[in-house]
Amino acid sequence: MLDTDFFRRWMAATAAAVEREAERLTGLDSAIGDADHGSNMRRGFGTVTAVLESESPATPGAVLVLAGRQLISTVGGASGPLYGTLLRRTGKALGESGEVSQGQLAEAFGAGVAAVARLGGAKAGDKTMLDALLPASRALADSAGAARDAARAGALGTVPLRARKGRASCLGEGSVGHQDPGAASAALLMEALAEAAGENGGDRA
Amino acid sequence: MSEERQVGIVLVSHSGPVALAVAELARGLAAGGVTAPVAAAGGTSAGGLGTSAELIAEAAREVDRGAGVALLADLGSAVLTVKSMLAEEGGLPEGAMLVDAPFVEGAVAALVTASMGGDLATVAAAATDAYGYRKV
Repeated sequence: MLDTDFFRRWMAATAAAVEREAERLTGLDSAIGDADHGSNMRRGFGTVTAVLESESPATPGAVLVLAGRQLISTVGGASGPLYGTLLRRTGKALGESGEVSQGQLAEAFGAGVAAVARLGGAKAGDKTMLDALLPASRALADSAGAARDAARAGALGTVPLRARKGRASCLGEGSVGHQDPGAASAALLMEALAEAAGENGGDRA
Repeated sequence: MSEERQVGIVLVSHSGPVALAVAELARGLAAGGVTAPVAAAGGTSAGGLGTSAELIAEAAREVDRGAGVALLADLGSAVLTVKSMLAEEGGLPEGAMLVDAPFVEGAVAALVTASMGGDLATVAAAATDAYGYRKV
């Protein structure tokens, strides 16, 4: 079973990964976006860590709802409402139990990913974070490690795609050949989940 | 039509100066009496380019007279942030809605209509209709 502390570790590991990889995310975003994804995510998850410490949410669902609300308030770019919706909807779907099973997490995360798709109006192959999140969500039924691997593969798989959503879609063919920064940060979120689950292994993508 | 019941307008842009200038333009073109409340929520809280949920919530509270608040947004994260705030209970006043409209033309149409005492649906329809003003 996954307890509240597991979800706090997940958010802390995500904040650490985003901090570590912020320059790489901004580099990816400077190729096809407005070059702020790393700094936006770092600001958002930095405040998530702080608010989780100050407010001490008591259940797995409450941890994710609080984190999501914080991201919407502080990120400043499109990744704020998108990641905020992902975490908040996942947290709401987890309900109020003090512990959740891997299966419950996988199902709730699927609901979160579906909410992201509705909010942004994107689908698989549009070169967005969904290209990492959708396969990760399916693999999460097996394990967090499988979700991490699926997210990494999905993020790398955005390289040859042409962007059909967001600022990168203005570039048309010019977006081809670059990894989507949102898919790259989504892979970090899943790496952090595997880390929290103690399923380390493999290099950092 | 009492002033208290007017629909409020919030203009959400990636840029603080753009939001302020469009609000000013709309006020100027809607003039000829007391205009409905309009507030700008542009840029991040730190004054950079981007979107701030705090500034949006603050602006919506400022223009809320109990008759609803029409929010117009410019690009990507402005639209997504308003949508996600509407999905979260307590984020925006009762009767707040995101209006699908061109930013500048829609802001003028919304403020003119709200100032004449139009209700939220009428204000939203007028702003959306602005998509139909072809230029060539």
